[in-house]
Amino acid sequence: MIRLEPAGAEALLLVLAEQPDAQLPQRIALLAERIRGELGEVLIDLVPGWTSLLLHYDLMSADHLELAERLKPLLERWLAEPFVAQAGRLHEIPIWYNGEDLAEVARLCQLSVAQVIELHAATEYRVGAIGFAPGFAYLGELDARLALPRRATPRIAVPAGSLAIAERQTAIYPHRSPGGWHLIGRCPWSLFDAARTPPCPLTLGDRVRFRNIDERDFIREGGQL
Amino acid sequence: MSGLRVLKPGPQSLLQDAGRRGWQHLGVSPAGPLDWHGAAWANHLLNNPWGTPLLEIALGGVELQAEVDTWVAVCGAQVPLSLDDQPQPLWARLPLRKGQLLRLGFARSGLRAYLAVAGGFIAAAVLGSVSVQLREGLGQAVQAGDLLACRPAHFTRSASVPWPYLPDYACKPLLRVITGGDAASFEEDQLQGFFAQTWQLSPHSDRMGARLLGEAVQPPVRQWSLGVGRGAIQVPPDGQPIILQADHQSMGGYPLLGWLHPLDQGRLAQCPAHHPLRFTPVSIGDAQAELREFYRFFRR
Repeated sequence: MIRLEPAGAEALLLVLAEQPDAQLPQRIALLAERIRGELGEVLIDLVPGWTSLLLHYDLMSADHLELAERLKPLLERWLAEPFVAQAGRLHEIPIWYNGEDLAEVARLCQLSVAQVIELHAATEYRVGAIGFAPGFAYLGELDARLALPRRATPRIAVPAGSLAIAERQTAIYPHRSPGGWHLIGRCPWSLFDAARTPPCPLTLGDRVRFRNIDERDFIREGGQL
Repeated sequence: MSGLRVLKPGPQSLLQDAGRRGWQHLGVSPAGPLDWHGAAWANHLLNNPWGTPLLEIALGGVELQAEVDTWVAVCGAQVPLSLDDQPQPLWARLPLRKGQLLRLGFARSGLRAYLAVAGGFIAAAVLGSVSVQLREGLGQAVQAGDLLACRPAHFTRSASVPWPYLPDYACKPLLRVITGGDAASFEEDQLQGFFAQTWQLSPHSDRMGARLLGEAVQPPVRQWSLGVGRGAIQVPPDGQPIILQADHQSMGGYPLLGWLHPLDQGRLAQCPAHHPLRFTPVSIGDAQAELREFYRFFRR
C-alpha cells in the first residue's frame, strides 16, 4: 500500500513502505526516475527519504489531488513488478582510517582498532538517501558489530571529508559541519563541488566500497592534513 | 560593469533570487528570500520578473553609492531610507543618479528589507541560482567595497505599493497552519496546546528555521527521515517547534505537526526575537487558492 499525503500547499509525500529494506533505495531511485519523466516541468524538486518520496510541485500547473490521480497507474505498476537488482555504479573510495573516535569506537564495540577497520572496509554499502547537507550520502548497512548510538553531544564542527558511523549507517561529511556521528576516518576526495557536473558523484542506489589507505596515500590523493 | 558600490554592507546582506530549484535530491537547500511579500513587491515596482536577483538586508545599516543612473525600490522592514540625506519612501520606486548615496538605517519595525534595482543585480549563478546560502558555502554575504552590478535603467514616473498591501510588522501576528504530516499521531490535547497558546520567537532563529519558545508540545515518535519543505513545523523531543525557512535542510526526522501557510512565512520572517506568535488552522484548499492568486499577480 502506498499512501499519498499533501505535505503543505506545494508538495506531495508518497509513503512507499512502513520499513526500509535493502532493496528499497534502488526501487525508490527507479520510481523517482519514472516520476521525473512523467511529471516533467510540473516537478520542482524530488527528495527520496528512507521509505518515501517527497515531490515539490508547481502549484500553477497542478495540485496534490491532480498529481495523485496522474501518478496512480505508474505507482500501481511499480508496486506490482518484481524487484530486479540493478548492479548500480560501484565507487571505490579511499579512506585513511585515523578518525578521532576510532579508539573509542573499538573500545565501545569490544573490538581492536584493526578489527573495526577490517569490518568497516569489508562491507559493500548502498546509498540509501542523500540529505542533511549537500552531498551527504547515508550508506547502509553497517556491520551490526559496529552499531553504536549517536554521540550524546554532537560536535560543533566535523572536518570536511570525515568518515563517520552511527547506528547501522556510515557516511562522509562532504563539508565542515556540525555532526553527532563517530569519526573513524578521512577521505581525501571532495564529495560535493557545486562547480562540477554532477556536483556529487554518488546517487541513490549506488554501491560503495572503502579502500584502506595510509597517510602518504591520503596526501597523494589530495587530502589536506 | 557599472552598479552600486557597497560602502557599508550591514550585518547580513544577501543576494537572493527565486531560489535554487532542482537540487534537493543532493541535499542542497533551495534558499531564496525569507519574505516573499516584500521581495515580490520590490521587483514588481520595477517591472522585474518574479525572482529577479535582489538584496535581502537583515536589520538594515547599509550604504551604497550609485555608479550608474537607475531606479531602485526598498520594501519590507521599516528602515529609514535616504538619498543624499533626503528621506525617501519605502514600498516605492525611486530614481538613483550616478554619485548619489543611498542609505538604509536600522529597522524600526520588521527585520528584513528588500532592495531591488531595475533589471536586477547581475551575479554568477551557482547550481542555477545566485541565492546565497551561507551554511552550504554557496556564495557569500555582501562586503564593503563590493560592486553590486546592474545596468542603467530609466522610468518616466514613480510608482508605489497601494496602501492595503502595506504590512504592519508591529502587530501580534496570527499565523495560519495547514495541519498534516504526523498531526494525527499527536495527542489531541497536545495539538490544542499548540493552537491555544501564545508562543515567543526564539533568538536562536535563523534563515534555516524559526524556533518557538513556549509550553512544550509532546510529539509522537517518528523513525525514518524524509524530505521536508519550507514552512514545515517540526516538533523535536524537547517540544519546542521549529518552523523551516528558506535555508532549510532537504531531509528531517522530527515529527511534523503541519505547515505554515506559504503567504504567512514572510510575516514570520519579519518578527524580531521574543515577538509573540499565535497560530490558527487553515484548510489546504484555501491556502492553495490564495497562493495561486498571489502567483498569478506576481509571476505574470
